[in-house]
Amino acid sequence: MTLSTEPITINMGPQHPSTHGVFRMRVTFDGEVIIDMEPVFGYLHRGIEKLAEHKTYIQDIPFTDRLDYLASMSSNFAYVLAVEKLAGIEVPERAEYIRVIMAELMRIASHLMGVGFFLNDMGAFMTPVLYMFREREKILDLFEMVCGQRLTYNYMRFGGVSHDIPGEFIPALKRFIDEMPGFIDEYDQLLAENEIVLARAKGVGILPADKAINASVAGPVLRGSGVKWDLRKADPYSIYDRFDFDIPTGTNGDNYDRYRVKIEEMRQSVCIIEQAMEQLPQGEVRTKVPLQLKPPKGEAYCHIEGPKGELGFYLVSDGSAKPYRFKVRAPALINLTVLRDMIVGWKLADAIITFGSIDICMGEVDR
Amino acid sequence: MTKQLSGPEVAQQIGDQFPDAVTGSDETAVFVRSEALLGVARFIKESLNLDYLNSITAVDYIDHFELVYHLTSLENNHGIILKTKCHDRENPIVPSVVSLWQGADFQEREIYDLMGISFEGHPNMKRIFLWDGFQGHPLRKDFHLDVPGGGKASL
Repeated sequence: MTLSTEPITINMGPQHPSTHGVFRMRVTFDGEVIIDMEPVFGYLHRGIEKLAEHKTYIQDIPFTDRLDYLASMSSNFAYVLAVEKLAGIEVPERAEYIRVIMAELMRIASHLMGVGFFLNDMGAFMTPVLYMFREREKILDLFEMVCGQRLTYNYMRFGGVSHDIPGEFIPALKRFIDEMPGFIDEYDQLLAENEIVLARAKGVGILPADKAINASVAGPVLRGSGVKWDLRKADPYSIYDRFDFDIPTGTNGDNYDRYRVKIEEMRQSVCIIEQAMEQLPQGEVRTKVPLQLKPPKGEAYCHIEGPKGELGFYLVSDGSAKPYRFKVRAPALINLTVLRDMIVGWKLADAIITFGSIDICMGEVDR
Repeated sequence: MTKQLSGPEVAQQIGDQFPDAVTGSDETAVFVRSEALLGVARFIKESLNLDYLNSITAVDYIDHFELVYHLTSLENNHGIILKTKCHDRENPIVPSVVSLWQGADFQEREIYDLMGISFEGHPNMKRIFLWDGFQGHPLRKDFHLDVPGGGKASL
């Protein structure tokens, strides 16, 4: 007796413990196997690009905090670089080093969160998350020392940073940097060769390199597929060309590779911060720039290697104090282009983990 | 450092293949006619090895829309900006480059949603952030934030 079957479409999200923000997927199943997936965005759309056209350039810096709220420093950084390129503003040396230290600390914090929740989705209920949050708390304490904020920093300004780092920052940072490699080893000790992690992440959610490039994927997702492309090396911005660091890449482009790339990137970030701390000069931290900055007419596209990928700002100026066009190149949205192809043919549990391995932040996707 | 290719040089190369396509160039960008966009994009993707589409942006310059394509070659580490103008305000249509770069998928849907420019050849041309029944295209300069629905507040 043959059983007649038909595909069923199930809605996942926008509220779901595993959807990393308000992300909705309409998944079509044939039994347990996924045959189609349609992502639905827009639950966190706040119209930031439109609002930014109504505020002055400096008033737009807090908007950038709220794009990828787990990596605010990076979004600030990309935006101020774009405005500095547009307006031709110089940045003092000390400010450049402070910015790099902040950006790399932010990368570590973002990856800790990303990896922690990736493992959480796999069923290691909260333990890896809380181990990693223990370190993330130290990073957030460092940020609080500098700018008074734990999540949305609003720290970078055109021509530098808003305040100089206080006296107690460098000793605290040194303590953190000295103990961090030990903690990363601790995470690896329990998880890197863990049977469940290997079974659920190795060979699952494979993204071939040519497909990744064609889909404009960036960041750890691209490097996990074996493409050695990191904007800090390929198109160095700020003072990244003065530091010596590696770019970890994966081989197969599966979830496990993306996870390993993030862990290795954390080690490399520790290395960069060490070098930046040694080379940190004395001096000014901010070039004097008018509050109502009026950049000359023109446009500028500036991209940085954010924790999630290529974070870019395309600004068009019409000579007035407000941007004419404020466009954010959001890595999380573009990385999601490949999600459908990565999960078709797999089961739902694999889909959740693959989605977690891409590590997105809905604030950036929806803007 | 990613080398920004010179606009006039690339315009020359495109002009040799597609005589009427180029409408202008500046230091870093090449302007092409929107009808010729897909052919030109395919040509420069192959000849300059531009396998990576960084971003597509649409800007509303009141009398026309401008689409800006930032393209990079990962292997050669060079890039170029391709621009096209669209003068129709009621029903702007531009060819889609999804067949060349899959990364254009969500970006083109976003431009349709927020600017109202349709992309011919896109497999799923519908709104992405705003709900299906939404009227208007918010990023346009004539969509005001005074009252809900995009109108201007009256005295």
